[in-house]
Amino acid sequence: MKDGATRDGYGEALLELGANPDVVVLDSGVSDSSRTQKFGKAFPDRFFNMGIAEADMVCTAAGLATTGKIPFATTFACFLLGRSMDQILVSVAYSNTNVKLAGTHAGMAVGEDGPSAQMIVDLAYTRAIPNMLVLQPADWEEARQATIALTKHTGPAYLRLGRPKVKGLYDSSYKFEIGKASTLEQGKDVVIFATGILVQESLKAIEELKKENISPTLINISTIKPLDVDFIASQAQKHGAVITAEDHNQFGGLGDAVADALMQKGVLVPMKKVAVRDQFAETGTAAELFEKYGLSANHVARTVKEVLQQKKK
Amino acid sequence: MDSTQTATPEIAELEKLAKEIRRQCLNVIHRAGSGHPGGSLSATDLVTALFFGGLMKYDPKNPKDPDRDRFLLSKGHASALYYVALARAGFFPEKDLETYRRINSPRFLSGHAHPKTPGVEIASGSLGQGLSVAHGIALGTRLDKRNCKVFVILGDGELQEGQIWEAAMSASKFKSTHLTAIVDYNKVCQDSITKDLKDLEPLEDKWRAFGWDTHRINGHNMKEIMQTLKLPAHAEKPRVIIADTIKGKGVSFMEGQTAWHGVAPSDEDLEKALKELA
Repeated sequence: MKDGATRDGYGEALLELGANPDVVVLDSGVSDSSRTQKFGKAFPDRFFNMGIAEADMVCTAAGLATTGKIPFATTFACFLLGRSMDQILVSVAYSNTNVKLAGTHAGMAVGEDGPSAQMIVDLAYTRAIPNMLVLQPADWEEARQATIALTKHTGPAYLRLGRPKVKGLYDSSYKFEIGKASTLEQGKDVVIFATGILVQESLKAIEELKKENISPTLINISTIKPLDVDFIASQAQKHGAVITAEDHNQFGGLGDAVADALMQKGVLVPMKKVAVRDQFAETGTAAELFEKYGLSANHVARTVKEVLQQKKK
Repeated sequence: MDSTQTATPEIAELEKLAKEIRRQCLNVIHRAGSGHPGGSLSATDLVTALFFGGLMKYDPKNPKDPDRDRFLLSKGHASALYYVALARAGFFPEKDLETYRRINSPRFLSGHAHPKTPGVEIASGSLGQGLSVAHGIALGTRLDKRNCKVFVILGDGELQEGQIWEAAMSASKFKSTHLTAIVDYNKVCQDSITKDLKDLEPLEDKWRAFGWDTHRINGHNMKEIMQTLKLPAHAEKPRVIIADTIKGKGVSFMEGQTAWHGVAPSDEDLEKALKELA
Protein backbone atom coordinates (compact mmCIF):
# COMPACT_ATOMS: atom_id res chain seq x y z
CA MET A 1 0.00 0.00 0.00
CA LYS A 2 1.48 3.24 -1.13
CA ASP A 3 1.42 6.37 0.99
CA GLY A 4 1.00 9.60 -0.93
CA ALA A 5 -1.32 12.48 -1.70
CA THR A 6 -4.38 11.82 -3.84
CA ARG A 7 -3.09 14.49 -6.23
CA ASP A 8 0.02 12.31 -6.68
CA GLY A 9 -2.10 9.28 -7.53
CA TYR A 10 -3.90 11.47 -10.06
CA GLY A 11 -0.63 12.61 -11.67
CA GLU A 12 0.57 9.02 -11.87
CA ALA A 13 -2.67 7.90 -13.53
CA LEU A 14 -2.46 10.69 -16.11
CA LEU A 15 0.97 9.48 -17.06
CA GLU A 16 -0.40 5.96 -17.55
CA LEU A 17 -3.33 7.34 -19.52
CA GLY A 18 -0.97 9.09 -21.90
CA ALA A 19 -0.93 5.88 -23.94
CA ASN A 20 -4.50 6.78 -24.97
CA PRO A 21 -4.16 9.40 -27.74
CA ASP A 22 -7.56 10.88 -26.84
CA VAL A 23 -6.50 11.88 -23.34
CA VAL A 24 -5.56 15.57 -23.08
CA VAL A 25 -4.71 17.56 -19.97
CA LEU A 26 -5.27 21.24 -19.25
CA ASP A 27 -3.96 23.28 -16.36
CA SER A 28 -4.19 26.88 -15.18
CA GLY A 29 -0.60 27.59 -14.34
CA VAL A 30 -0.22 25.34 -11.29
CA SER A 31 0.97 22.16 -13.01
CA ASP A 32 3.80 21.55 -10.54
CA SER A 33 1.40 21.54 -7.59
CA SER A 34 -1.51 19.86 -9.37
CA ARG A 35 0.82 17.10 -10.60
CA THR A 36 -0.06 17.45 -14.28
CA GLN A 37 3.49 18.51 -15.08
CA LYS A 38 4.76 14.97 -15.66
CA PHE A 39 2.08 14.38 -18.26
CA GLY A 40 2.98 17.71 -19.81
CA LYS A 41 6.61 16.72 -20.17
CA ALA A 42 5.81 13.26 -21.53
CA PHE A 43 3.05 14.37 -23.92
CA PRO A 44 3.64 18.05 -24.70
CA ASP A 45 1.29 18.04 -27.72
CA ARG A 46 -1.60 16.97 -25.54
CA PHE A 47 -0.91 19.27 -22.63
CA PHE A 48 -2.43 22.76 -22.65
CA ASN A 49 -1.34 25.13 -19.95
CA MET A 50 -3.95 27.86 -20.30
CA GLY A 51 -2.37 30.36 -17.92
CA ILE A 52 -4.21 31.72 -14.92
CA ALA A 53 -7.55 31.64 -16.68
CA GLU A 54 -9.80 28.95 -15.24
CA ALA A 55 -12.96 29.93 -17.13
CA ASP A 56 -11.11 29.77 -20.44
CA MET A 57 -9.58 26.43 -19.44
CA VAL A 58 -12.95 24.84 -18.68
CA CYS A 59 -14.56 25.98 -21.94
CA THR A 60 -11.49 25.02 -23.96
CA ALA A 61 -11.79 21.57 -22.40
CA ALA A 62 -15.45 21.48 -23.47
CA GLY A 63 -14.46 22.32 -27.05
CA LEU A 64 -11.80 19.61 -27.02
CA ALA A 65 -14.39 17.13 -25.73
CA THR A 66 -16.68 17.84 -28.70
CA THR A 67 -13.87 16.61 -30.96
CA GLY A 68 -13.74 13.25 -29.15
CA LYS A 69 -10.94 14.06 -26.73
CA ILE A 70 -11.10 13.19 -23.03
CA PRO A 71 -9.91 16.40 -21.35
CA PHE A 72 -8.80 16.57 -17.72
CA ALA A 73 -9.10 20.23 -16.70
CA THR A 74 -7.03 20.64 -13.59
CA THR A 75 -6.29 23.32 -11.04
CA PHE A 76 -6.81 24.08 -7.36
CA ALA A 77 -10.38 23.23 -6.35
CA CYS A 78 -10.98 26.75 -5.02
CA PHE A 79 -10.37 28.33 -8.43
CA LEU A 80 -11.65 25.52 -10.63
CA LEU A 81 -15.11 25.71 -9.10
CA GLY A 82 -15.00 29.26 -7.82
CA ARG A 83 -13.95 30.89 -11.09
CA SER A 84 -15.77 28.62 -13.50
CA MET A 85 -19.14 27.67 -12.09
CA ASP A 86 -21.06 29.24 -14.98
CA GLN A 87 -18.75 27.65 -17.55
CA ILE A 88 -19.17 24.28 -15.84
CA LEU A 89 -22.95 24.66 -15.87
CA VAL A 90 -23.35 25.70 -19.50
CA SER A 91 -20.40 24.37 -21.51
CA VAL A 92 -19.81 21.20 -19.47
CA ALA A 93 -22.90 19.97 -17.62
CA TYR A 94 -25.78 21.31 -19.73
CA SER A 95 -23.88 20.62 -22.95
CA ASN A 96 -23.05 17.20 -21.46
CA THR A 97 -19.48 17.32 -22.72
CA ASN A 98 -17.06 14.61 -21.61
CA VAL A 99 -14.95 16.93 -19.44
CA LYS A 100 -13.18 15.70 -16.32
CA LEU A 101 -12.71 18.46 -13.76
CA ALA A 102 -9.93 17.72 -11.31
CA GLY A 103 -9.78 20.02 -8.28
CA THR A 104 -6.65 19.60 -6.20
CA HIS A 105 -5.86 21.10 -2.76
CA ALA A 106 -9.50 20.74 -1.71
CA GLY A 107 -10.75 21.33 1.80
CA MET A 108 -9.37 22.85 4.96
CA ALA A 109 -6.50 20.35 4.68
CA VAL A 110 -4.68 22.76 2.34
CA GLY A 111 -3.72 24.52 5.55
CA GLU A 112 -1.46 27.55 5.73
CA ASP A 113 -2.62 29.30 2.55
CA GLY A 114 -5.72 30.23 4.49
CA PRO A 115 -9.48 30.23 3.95
CA SER A 116 -9.41 31.74 0.43
CA ALA A 117 -7.52 28.60 -0.65
CA GLN A 118 -9.50 26.18 1.53
CA MET A 119 -12.30 25.02 -0.76
CA ILE A 120 -15.10 23.82 1.52
CA VAL A 121 -18.14 24.32 -0.72
CA ASP A 122 -17.20 22.39 -3.87
CA LEU A 123 -19.19 19.27 -3.07
CA ALA A 124 -22.28 21.43 -2.60
CA TYR A 125 -21.60 23.13 -5.95
CA THR A 126 -20.98 19.96 -7.93
CA ARG A 127 -23.63 17.76 -6.31
CA ALA A 128 -26.24 20.32 -7.30
CA ILE A 129 -25.37 20.12 -11.01
CA PRO A 130 -27.37 17.74 -13.23
CA ASN A 131 -25.26 15.26 -15.26
CA MET A 132 -22.29 15.66 -12.89
CA LEU A 133 -20.46 12.68 -11.41
CA VAL A 134 -18.64 13.51 -8.15
CA LEU A 135 -15.70 11.46 -6.89
CA GLN A 136 -13.36 11.85 -3.93
CA PRO A 137 -10.71 9.15 -3.52
CA ALA A 138 -9.22 8.48 -0.09
CA ASP A 139 -5.64 7.47 -0.90
CA TRP A 140 -3.01 7.36 -3.63
CA GLU A 141 -4.11 4.05 -5.14
CA GLU A 142 -7.79 4.92 -5.15
CA ALA A 143 -6.99 8.28 -6.76
CA ARG A 144 -5.00 6.50 -9.46
CA GLN A 145 -7.77 4.04 -10.17
CA ALA A 146 -10.55 6.64 -10.01
CA THR A 147 -8.73 8.77 -12.57
CA ILE A 148 -8.43 5.83 -14.93
CA ALA A 149 -12.08 4.90 -14.34
CA LEU A 150 -13.12 8.39 -15.44
CA THR A 151 -11.87 7.70 -18.96
CA LYS A 152 -14.31 4.79 -19.17
CA HIS A 153 -17.23 6.90 -18.00
CA THR A 154 -18.75 9.19 -20.62
CA GLY A 155 -19.91 12.53 -19.26
CA PRO A 156 -18.95 15.38 -16.97
CA ALA A 157 -17.22 14.56 -13.71
CA TYR A 158 -15.62 16.29 -10.74
CA LEU A 159 -12.65 14.63 -9.08
CA ARG A 160 -11.86 16.09 -5.65
CA LEU A 161 -8.22 15.73 -4.68
CA GLY A 162 -6.14 16.68 -1.66
CA ARG A 163 -2.79 18.27 -1.01
CA PRO A 164 -1.42 16.33 2.00
CA LYS A 165 0.32 13.01 1.84
CA VAL A 166 -1.91 10.35 3.38
CA LYS A 167 -1.50 6.74 4.49
CA GLY A 168 -2.09 4.03 1.89
CA LEU A 169 -5.39 2.19 2.37
CA TYR A 170 -5.55 0.09 -0.75
CA ASP A 171 -3.08 -1.94 -2.78
CA SER A 172 -3.22 -2.68 -6.47
CA SER A 173 -5.53 -5.66 -5.88
CA TYR A 174 -8.29 -3.18 -4.97
CA LYS A 175 -10.81 -2.63 -7.73
CA PHE A 176 -12.30 0.85 -7.63
CA GLU A 177 -15.74 1.03 -9.16
CA ILE A 178 -17.71 4.22 -9.80
CA GLY A 179 -20.82 4.22 -7.60
CA LYS A 180 -19.57 1.59 -5.13
CA ALA A 181 -18.70 2.31 -1.52
CA SER A 182 -16.05 0.17 0.18
CA THR A 183 -15.91 -1.09 3.74
CA LEU A 184 -12.58 -0.50 5.47
CA GLU A 185 -13.50 -1.62 8.97
CA GLN A 186 -16.30 -3.94 9.95
CA GLY A 187 -17.87 -3.21 13.34
CA LYS A 188 -21.37 -3.30 14.81
CA ASP A 189 -22.28 -0.31 16.99
CA VAL A 190 -22.30 2.55 14.54
CA VAL A 191 -21.48 3.12 10.88
CA ILE A 192 -19.18 5.94 9.79
CA PHE A 193 -19.57 7.09 6.18
CA ALA A 194 -16.41 9.04 5.48
CA THR A 195 -14.88 10.58 2.37
CA GLY A 196 -11.44 11.86 1.39
CA ILE A 197 -9.02 12.72 4.15
CA LEU A 198 -11.66 12.16 6.82
CA VAL A 199 -11.35 8.44 6.11
CA GLN A 200 -7.89 8.77 7.62
CA GLU A 201 -9.14 10.66 10.67
CA SER A 202 -11.91 8.11 11.11
CA LEU A 203 -9.43 5.23 11.12
CA LYS A 204 -7.46 6.94 13.89
CA ALA A 205 -10.68 7.54 15.81
CA ILE A 206 -11.64 3.90 15.52
CA GLU A 207 -8.33 2.83 17.10
CA GLU A 208 -9.17 4.91 20.14
CA LEU A 209 -12.82 3.87 20.26
CA LYS A 210 -11.90 0.20 20.21
CA LYS A 211 -9.98 0.73 23.47
CA GLU A 212 -13.33 1.73 24.97
CA ASN A 213 -15.04 -1.33 23.49
CA ILE A 214 -16.87 0.67 20.88
CA SER A 215 -16.90 -1.08 17.53
CA PRO A 216 -17.64 1.16 14.52
CA THR A 217 -17.92 0.19 10.88
CA LEU A 218 -16.06 2.49 8.48
CA ILE A 219 -17.23 2.87 4.92
CA ASN A 220 -15.32 4.95 2.38
CA ILE A 221 -17.68 6.88 0.16
CA SER A 222 -15.53 7.75 -2.83
CA THR A 223 -18.46 8.23 -5.20
CA ILE A 224 -20.44 11.07 -3.70
CA LYS A 225 -22.76 11.35 -6.66
CA PRO A 226 -24.46 9.10 -7.60
CA LEU A 227 -24.48 7.80 -4.06
CA ASP A 228 -24.51 4.06 -3.30
CA VAL A 229 -27.99 4.57 -1.82
CA ASP A 230 -29.14 1.00 -1.23
CA PHE A 231 -25.90 -0.03 0.46
CA ILE A 232 -25.82 3.10 2.62
CA ALA A 233 -29.45 2.64 3.67
CA SER A 234 -28.96 -1.03 4.53
CA GLN A 235 -25.84 -0.29 6.57
CA ALA A 236 -27.56 2.55 8.42
CA GLN A 237 -30.51 0.28 9.22
CA LYS A 238 -28.21 -2.52 10.37
CA HIS A 239 -26.14 -0.36 12.72
CA GLY A 240 -28.92 1.92 13.97
CA ALA A 241 -26.57 4.92 14.22
CA VAL A 242 -24.79 6.95 11.55
CA ILE A 243 -21.85 9.36 11.36
CA THR A 244 -20.75 11.16 8.22
CA ALA A 245 -17.27 12.67 8.02
CA GLU A 246 -15.87 15.07 5.42
CA ASP A 247 -13.47 18.00 4.99
CA HIS A 248 -16.26 20.23 3.63
CA ASN A 249 -18.87 22.57 4.97
CA GLN A 250 -21.73 20.93 6.83
CA PHE A 251 -24.19 22.02 4.16
CA GLY A 252 -24.35 20.41 0.75
CA GLY A 253 -21.67 17.76 1.13
CA LEU A 254 -21.58 14.06 1.99
CA GLY A 255 -23.59 14.54 5.19
CA ASP A 256 -26.52 16.03 3.34
CA ALA A 257 -26.20 13.42 0.59
CA VAL A 258 -26.41 10.58 3.12
CA ALA A 259 -29.26 12.24 5.05
CA ASP A 260 -31.15 12.64 1.81
CA ALA A 261 -30.59 8.99 0.89
CA LEU A 262 -31.79 7.79 4.30
CA MET A 263 -34.85 10.02 4.10
CA GLN A 264 -35.69 8.69 0.63
CA LYS A 265 -35.38 5.13 1.92
CA GLY A 266 -37.35 5.86 5.10
CA VAL A 267 -34.44 4.89 7.36
CA LEU A 268 -34.74 7.07 10.44
CA VAL A 269 -31.85 6.44 12.82
CA PRO A 270 -29.71 8.80 14.93
CA MET A 271 -27.22 10.58 12.68
CA LYS A 272 -24.53 13.23 13.15
CA LYS A 273 -22.15 15.00 10.80
CA VAL A 274 -18.46 15.63 11.24
CA ALA A 275 -17.92 18.58 8.90
CA VAL A 276 -16.86 22.22 8.83
CA ARG A 277 -19.33 24.08 11.04
CA ASP A 278 -20.47 26.68 8.53
CA GLN A 279 -17.52 28.97 9.11
CA PHE A 280 -14.30 30.11 7.48
CA ALA A 281 -11.22 28.89 9.30
CA GLU A 282 -7.81 30.58 9.44
CA THR A 283 -4.21 29.79 8.65
CA GLY A 284 -2.39 26.89 10.30
CA THR A 285 -1.30 23.35 9.60
CA ALA A 286 -3.95 20.88 8.50
CA ALA A 287 -3.64 19.03 11.83
CA GLU A 288 -4.05 22.24 13.84
CA LEU A 289 -7.04 23.32 11.78
CA PHE A 290 -8.70 19.91 12.00
CA GLU A 291 -8.38 20.01 15.79
CA LYS A 292 -9.61 23.58 16.18
CA TYR A 293 -12.39 23.41 13.59
CA GLY A 294 -13.89 20.02 14.34
CA LEU A 295 -12.47 17.59 11.79
CA SER A 296 -9.79 15.65 13.69
CA ALA A 297 -9.93 12.04 14.89
CA ASN A 298 -10.80 13.36 18.37
CA HIS A 299 -13.91 15.02 16.95
CA VAL A 300 -14.89 11.89 15.04
CA ALA A 301 -14.54 9.82 18.24
CA ARG A 302 -16.52 12.32 20.29
CA THR A 303 -19.28 12.46 17.69
CA VAL A 304 -19.50 8.67 17.62
CA LYS A 305 -20.10 8.68 21.39
CA GLU A 306 -22.74 11.39 21.04
CA VAL A 307 -24.66 9.46 18.42
CA LEU A 308 -24.40 6.27 20.49
CA GLN A 309 -26.01 8.17 23.40
CA GLN A 310 -28.89 9.06 21.09
CA LYS A 311 -29.12 5.46 19.91
CA LYS A 312 -29.53 4.24 23.52
CA LYS A 313 -32.49 6.55 24.17
CA MET B 1 -21.31 16.77 -48.62
CA ASP B 2 -24.00 18.45 -50.65
CA SER B 3 -22.48 19.60 -53.94
CA THR B 4 -24.56 22.79 -53.93
CA GLN B 5 -22.44 24.01 -51.01
CA THR B 6 -19.14 23.77 -52.89
CA ALA B 7 -19.82 26.27 -55.68
CA THR B 8 -19.73 29.89 -54.62
CA PRO B 9 -23.06 31.47 -55.46
CA GLU B 10 -23.11 34.94 -56.89
CA ILE B 11 -23.11 37.78 -54.40
CA ALA B 12 -26.56 38.85 -55.56
CA GLU B 13 -27.96 35.44 -54.77
CA LEU B 14 -26.51 35.54 -51.26
CA GLU B 15 -27.98 38.99 -50.76
CA LYS B 16 -31.37 37.74 -51.86
CA LEU B 17 -31.07 34.76 -49.55
CA ALA B 18 -30.09 37.02 -46.63
CA LYS B 19 -33.28 39.00 -47.16
CA GLU B 20 -35.35 35.82 -47.11
CA ILE B 21 -33.59 34.70 -43.93
CA ARG B 22 -34.33 38.06 -42.28
CA ARG B 23 -38.01 37.64 -43.13
CA GLN B 24 -37.98 34.10 -41.81
CA CYS B 25 -36.28 35.18 -38.54
CA LEU B 26 -38.99 37.74 -37.89
CA ASN B 27 -41.73 35.25 -38.71
CA VAL B 28 -40.23 32.68 -36.38
CA ILE B 29 -39.83 35.17 -33.51
CA HIS B 30 -43.32 36.55 -34.10
CA ARG B 31 -44.85 33.09 -33.96
CA ALA B 32 -42.90 32.26 -30.78
CA GLY B 33 -44.06 35.50 -29.17
CA SER B 34 -40.59 36.13 -27.78
CA GLY B 35 -37.00 36.24 -28.99
CA HIS B 36 -34.26 38.58 -30.13
CA PRO B 37 -34.85 40.26 -33.48
CA GLY B 38 -32.20 43.02 -33.30
CA GLY B 39 -29.14 40.81 -32.95
CA SER B 40 -30.51 38.22 -35.38
CA LEU B 41 -30.90 40.79 -38.16
CA SER B 42 -27.47 42.33 -37.52
CA ALA B 43 -25.70 38.98 -37.98
CA THR B 44 -27.80 37.69 -40.88
CA ASP B 45 -25.41 38.61 -43.69
CA LEU B 46 -22.47 37.02 -41.85
CA VAL B 47 -24.34 33.80 -41.12
CA THR B 48 -25.73 33.63 -44.66
CA ALA B 49 -22.23 33.92 -46.10
CA LEU B 50 -20.84 31.24 -43.78
CA PHE B 51 -23.58 28.66 -44.36
CA PHE B 52 -24.44 29.30 -47.99
CA GLY B 53 -21.35 30.91 -49.50
CA GLY B 54 -19.47 27.62 -49.92
CA LEU B 55 -17.04 28.54 -47.16
CA MET B 56 -17.77 25.76 -44.71
CA LYS B 57 -17.65 22.02 -45.24
CA TYR B 58 -20.65 20.35 -43.61
CA ASP B 59 -23.03 17.50 -44.27
CA PRO B 60 -26.51 17.89 -42.79
CA LYS B 61 -27.02 14.14 -43.13
CA ASN B 62 -23.95 13.51 -40.99
CA PRO B 63 -23.88 16.45 -38.59
CA LYS B 64 -21.17 14.86 -36.40
CA ASP B 65 -18.76 14.19 -39.29
CA PRO B 66 -15.36 14.66 -37.61
CA ASP B 67 -14.05 16.46 -40.70
CA ARG B 68 -16.79 19.10 -40.68
CA ASP B 69 -15.92 22.76 -40.37
CA ARG B 70 -17.46 24.22 -37.24
CA PHE B 71 -19.77 27.14 -36.65
CA LEU B 72 -20.53 28.46 -33.18
CA LEU B 73 -22.89 31.25 -32.22
CA SER B 74 -21.47 32.57 -28.98
CA LYS B 75 -24.06 35.38 -28.83
CA GLY B 76 -26.63 32.67 -28.27
CA HIS B 77 -29.66 34.94 -28.09
CA ALA B 78 -29.63 35.21 -31.91
CA SER B 79 -30.92 31.64 -31.94
CA ALA B 80 -33.74 32.40 -34.39
CA LEU B 81 -31.11 33.19 -37.01
CA TYR B 82 -29.11 30.08 -36.10
CA TYR B 83 -32.09 27.76 -36.44
CA VAL B 84 -33.30 29.32 -39.68
CA ALA B 85 -29.81 28.84 -41.16
CA LEU B 86 -29.59 25.23 -39.92
CA ALA B 87 -33.05 24.39 -41.24
CA ARG B 88 -32.35 25.95 -44.63
CA ALA B 89 -29.03 24.10 -44.76
CA GLY B 90 -30.95 20.86 -44.28
CA PHE B 91 -30.14 19.88 -40.69
CA PHE B 92 -33.86 19.59 -39.87
CA PRO B 93 -37.14 20.37 -41.62
CA GLU B 94 -38.10 24.04 -41.84
CA LYS B 95 -41.52 23.06 -40.51
CA ASP B 96 -39.85 22.45 -37.11
CA LEU B 97 -39.09 26.17 -36.84
CA GLU B 98 -42.72 26.51 -35.78
CA THR B 99 -41.70 24.97 -32.45
CA TYR B 100 -39.09 27.65 -31.71
CA ARG B 101 -39.11 28.39 -27.95
CA ARG B 102 -41.99 25.93 -27.47
CA ILE B 103 -42.16 23.08 -24.96
CA ASN B 104 -41.68 19.60 -26.46
CA SER B 105 -39.92 21.08 -29.48
CA PRO B 106 -38.82 17.97 -31.43
CA ARG B 107 -35.47 19.56 -32.35
CA PHE B 108 -35.02 21.20 -28.94
CA LEU B 109 -35.29 24.69 -30.46
CA SER B 110 -34.68 26.39 -27.13
CA GLY B 111 -34.34 30.14 -26.66
CA HIS B 112 -30.60 29.52 -26.66
CA ALA B 113 -29.15 26.67 -28.70
CA HIS B 114 -28.11 23.27 -27.34
CA PRO B 115 -26.30 20.36 -29.05
CA LYS B 116 -29.51 18.30 -29.01
CA THR B 117 -30.36 20.36 -32.10
CA PRO B 118 -28.63 18.85 -35.15
CA GLY B 119 -25.78 21.09 -36.27
CA VAL B 120 -25.28 22.77 -32.88
CA GLU B 121 -21.89 22.15 -31.25
CA ILE B 122 -22.31 23.50 -27.72
CA ALA B 123 -24.89 25.14 -25.48
CA SER B 124 -25.02 28.91 -25.32
CA GLY B 125 -26.87 31.48 -23.31
CA SER B 126 -24.12 32.75 -21.06
CA LEU B 127 -22.04 35.26 -22.97
CA GLY B 128 -18.26 35.00 -23.18
CA GLN B 129 -17.84 31.23 -23.43
CA GLY B 130 -17.98 30.57 -27.17
CA LEU B 131 -14.51 31.78 -28.12
CA SER B 132 -12.88 29.42 -25.61
CA VAL B 133 -15.02 26.51 -26.80
CA ALA B 134 -14.23 27.28 -30.44
CA HIS B 135 -10.55 27.40 -29.56
CA GLY B 136 -10.82 24.01 -27.84
CA ILE B 137 -12.34 22.63 -31.04
CA ALA B 138 -9.49 24.13 -33.07
CA LEU B 139 -6.94 22.49 -30.75
CA GLY B 140 -8.73 19.13 -30.90
CA THR B 141 -9.05 19.00 -34.67
CA ARG B 142 -5.43 20.10 -35.04
CA LEU B 143 -4.32 17.20 -32.81
CA ASP B 144 -6.18 14.89 -35.18
CA LYS B 145 -4.51 16.62 -38.15
CA ARG B 146 -7.92 17.45 -39.58
CA ASN B 147 -7.37 21.21 -39.44
CA CYS B 148 -11.05 21.96 -39.72
CA LYS B 149 -11.98 25.61 -39.98
CA VAL B 150 -13.70 26.93 -36.86
CA PHE B 151 -15.86 30.07 -37.03
CA VAL B 152 -17.44 31.72 -34.02
CA ILE B 153 -19.69 34.77 -34.01
CA LEU B 154 -19.33 37.03 -30.99
CA GLY B 155 -21.54 39.92 -30.01
CA ASP B 156 -19.96 43.30 -29.42
CA GLY B 157 -21.40 43.58 -25.92
CA GLU B 158 -20.02 40.12 -25.28
CA LEU B 159 -16.49 41.51 -25.62
CA GLN B 160 -17.09 43.12 -22.23
CA GLU B 161 -16.82 39.63 -20.72
CA GLY B 162 -13.31 39.03 -19.37
CA GLN B 163 -13.23 35.45 -20.60
CA ILE B 164 -13.15 36.64 -24.22
CA TRP B 165 -9.75 38.15 -23.55
CA GLU B 166 -8.54 35.06 -21.71
CA ALA B 167 -9.41 33.09 -24.85
CA ALA B 168 -7.84 35.73 -27.08
CA MET B 169 -4.55 35.28 -25.24
CA SER B 170 -4.83 31.49 -25.43
CA ALA B 171 -5.52 31.28 -29.16
CA SER B 172 -2.53 33.44 -30.00
CA LYS B 173 -0.31 31.51 -27.56
CA PHE B 174 -1.23 28.24 -29.26
CA LYS B 175 -1.04 29.76 -32.76
CA SER B 176 -4.53 28.51 -33.58
CA THR B 177 -4.57 29.65 -37.18
CA HIS B 178 -7.74 27.79 -38.17
CA LEU B 179 -9.84 29.77 -35.72
CA THR B 180 -11.79 32.79 -36.97
CA ALA B 181 -13.75 35.00 -34.59
CA ILE B 182 -16.30 37.32 -36.16
CA VAL B 183 -17.52 40.24 -34.09
CA ASP B 184 -21.07 41.28 -34.94
CA TYR B 185 -20.35 44.88 -34.01
CA ASN B 186 -23.91 46.21 -33.99
CA LYS B 187 -23.12 48.87 -31.37
CA VAL B 188 -26.22 48.13 -29.29
CA CYS B 189 -26.64 46.01 -26.16
CA GLN B 190 -29.77 45.10 -24.20
CA ASP B 191 -30.21 48.26 -22.13
CA SER B 192 -27.65 50.65 -23.59
CA ILE B 193 -25.61 51.70 -26.57
CA THR B 194 -22.38 49.67 -26.33
CA LYS B 195 -20.20 52.80 -26.34
CA ASP B 196 -22.07 54.19 -23.32
CA LEU B 197 -22.24 50.89 -21.48
CA LYS B 198 -18.51 50.22 -21.80
CA ASP B 199 -16.70 51.43 -24.88
CA LEU B 200 -14.77 48.78 -26.84
CA GLU B 201 -12.63 51.18 -28.85
CA PRO B 202 -9.94 51.14 -30.04
CA LEU B 203 -11.14 47.63 -30.89
CA GLU B 204 -8.77 46.75 -33.72
CA ASP B 205 -5.81 47.80 -31.58
CA LYS B 206 -7.01 45.57 -28.78
CA TRP B 207 -7.19 42.44 -30.97
CA ARG B 208 -3.86 43.25 -32.62
CA ALA B 209 -2.28 43.67 -29.20
CA PHE B 210 -3.59 40.23 -28.28
CA GLY B 211 -1.79 38.76 -31.29
CA TRP B 212 -4.64 38.33 -33.77
CA ASP B 213 -4.71 38.84 -37.53
CA THR B 214 -7.24 41.65 -37.43
CA HIS B 215 -9.64 42.75 -40.16
CA ARG B 216 -12.44 45.31 -40.12
CA ILE B 217 -15.25 45.15 -42.65
CA ASN B 218 -18.76 46.32 -43.37
CA GLY B 219 -20.81 43.41 -42.05
CA HIS B 220 -23.65 44.13 -44.46
CA ASN B 221 -21.52 44.21 -47.60
CA MET B 222 -21.73 40.67 -48.93
CA LYS B 223 -18.83 41.10 -51.31
CA GLU B 224 -16.55 42.33 -48.55
CA ILE B 225 -17.75 39.59 -46.20
CA MET B 226 -17.04 36.88 -48.76
CA GLN B 227 -13.66 38.28 -49.73
CA THR B 228 -12.53 38.42 -46.09
CA LEU B 229 -13.88 35.00 -45.15
CA LYS B 230 -12.08 33.47 -48.15
CA LEU B 231 -8.65 34.73 -47.12
CA PRO B 232 -6.21 31.88 -46.56
CA ALA B 233 -5.34 31.20 -42.93
CA HIS B 234 -2.62 33.41 -41.46
CA ALA B 235 0.73 31.65 -41.02
CA GLU B 236 0.70 31.85 -37.24
CA LYS B 237 -2.13 33.99 -35.91
CA PRO B 238 -5.80 33.34 -35.27
CA ARG B 239 -8.07 35.71 -37.22
CA VAL B 240 -10.67 38.18 -36.05
CA ILE B 241 -13.07 39.93 -38.39
CA ILE B 242 -14.67 42.95 -36.81
CA ALA B 243 -17.85 43.39 -38.81
CA ASP B 244 -19.52 46.77 -38.46
CA THR B 245 -23.23 46.03 -38.46
CA ILE B 246 -26.53 47.65 -37.59
CA LYS B 247 -28.76 46.15 -34.93
CA GLY B 248 -32.13 45.31 -36.52
CA LYS B 249 -30.65 45.77 -40.02
CA GLY B 250 -33.26 45.95 -42.78
CA VAL B 251 -36.21 47.12 -40.71
CA SER B 252 -36.18 50.90 -40.34
CA PHE B 253 -37.97 51.08 -37.01
CA MET B 254 -35.76 48.39 -35.45
CA GLU B 255 -32.40 49.70 -36.62
CA GLY B 256 -30.08 50.85 -33.83
CA GLN B 257 -32.75 50.49 -31.15
CA THR B 258 -32.14 48.89 -27.76
CA ALA B 259 -35.91 48.38 -27.59
CA TRP B 260 -35.70 45.68 -30.27
CA HIS B 261 -33.02 43.64 -28.52
CA GLY B 262 -35.37 41.10 -27.00
CA VAL B 263 -38.96 41.77 -28.03
CA ALA B 264 -41.10 39.92 -30.56
CA PRO B 265 -42.83 42.02 -33.20
CA SER B 266 -46.61 42.44 -32.91
CA ASP B 267 -48.83 41.45 -35.86
CA GLU B 268 -48.75 45.03 -37.07
CA ASP B 269 -44.97 45.40 -36.62
CA LEU B 270 -44.38 42.17 -38.49
CA GLU B 271 -46.49 43.29 -41.41
CA LYS B 272 -44.60 46.59 -41.65
CA ALA B 273 -41.24 44.85 -41.30
CA LEU B 274 -41.97 42.25 -43.96
CA LYS B 275 -43.01 45.00 -46.37
CA GLU B 276 -39.65 46.69 -45.89
CA LEU B 277 -37.88 43.37 -46.48
CA ALA B 278 -39.93 42.53 -49.58
